[in-house]
Amino acid sequence: MNQLQNFTKGFIKENPVLVLVLGMCPTLATTSSAINGLGMGIATTFVLIGSNVVISLLSNLIPDKVRIPAFIVIIASFVTIVDLLMQAYVPDLYEKLGIFIPLIVVNCIVLGRAEAFASKNAVFPSFVDGFGMGLGFTMALGILGAIREIIGSGAIFGYKFISGDGILVFILAPGAFIALGYLIALINRFKRT
Amino acid sequence: MAKTESTFKNMAMALTFIAIGASTCLGFVHEFTKKPIELSILNKKLNAIKQVVPEFNNNPNDEMFRLPTGEGDSLDIYPAKKDDLIVGYAINTYTKDGFSGNISIMAGFKPDGSIINTSVLQQKETPGLGTKMTEPLFKDQFIDKNPSEFMLKVKKDGGPVDAITAATISSRAFCDAIQRAYNTLQKGETK
Repeated sequence: MNQLQNFTKGFIKENPVLVLVLGMCPTLATTSSAINGLGMGIATTFVLIGSNVVISLLSNLIPDKVRIPAFIVIIASFVTIVDLLMQAYVPDLYEKLGIFIPLIVVNCIVLGRAEAFASKNAVFPSFVDGFGMGLGFTMALGILGAIREIIGSGAIFGYKFISGDGILVFILAPGAFIALGYLIALINRFKRT
Repeated sequence: MAKTESTFKNMAMALTFIAIGASTCLGFVHEFTKKPIELSILNKKLNAIKQVVPEFNNNPNDEMFRLPTGEGDSLDIYPAKKDDLIVGYAINTYTKDGFSGNISIMAGFKPDGSIINTSVLQQKETPGLGTKMTEPLFKDQFIDKNPSEFMLKVKKDGGPVDAITAATISSRAFCDAIQRAYNTLQKGETK
């Protein structure tokens, strides 16, 4: 597989959220506005790239029987780094995302890429894979967040374009399921043709 | 390079080295971000204090003291002074009645007990609904009101406060936090 295909497969063909349907917890919980979704996506992308690179570097040194604890320690370290950096430099976003930053550790996209790709491939393809998958995740969360923000509160990136309220259910949890369902349906429709 | 075999020795060594490596990295990052984190928390606090009390020229953070709420807890009080005269108190108050989680509010009071202004420090309310408590439309109605005659209750509960549309719980919680700050300050002063 060439590197371009490797990079773009996360966008549509193997999009972690819309096609593989992984990492639903942060997807549903943090996308109440476009900026929150994007922030979550970027944080996860950083963790994905870091853990993919380190795991592909170490994969020959890690005995098979202890690979899962080893991967988790590496992933958890990157998540803690992101957590501390965000707390220091983007405190507002950090407060909004709150508990979902530490929870990136158990995001199955990250462990899934480590297990399915990084542990079997060289450093550069792993980096490209992590970057592509992360961008696909970020796009999906950004789009979902934008849809929910536009319909739910009549705003985009915090900029209001209607006075009054939107359709409130889209800001609340059920709206996340509805919007995500339609997005997945749309993607399936395009993939088939 | 051949794959390391899963012998006991190899497994123990691999895990030990990964753990050591990971904790070393984290130690460095922690050292590196310690200062900025403290600074950003302090800045946020000072900004909030500035918003809720009149101009002052002391350092309220250094003169902070605590008063018990009477519920087995205490609130941080930041006295704002201009030329050694108290011009207001900024009180870091809280409520447990938020729609999702605790809400932390900085409330400014004049020495006579009337509200100067408020600033929400931390909240996890529903975006687009409860989060409107941070907007002037809601919080400006408390300015210059004295809780001794201005009942801190939403209209649904028979009070004068205009609740946020579709966020009565958040509005009630906001009132609860301000009331707690007022009660604490009053009790502390009469002592």
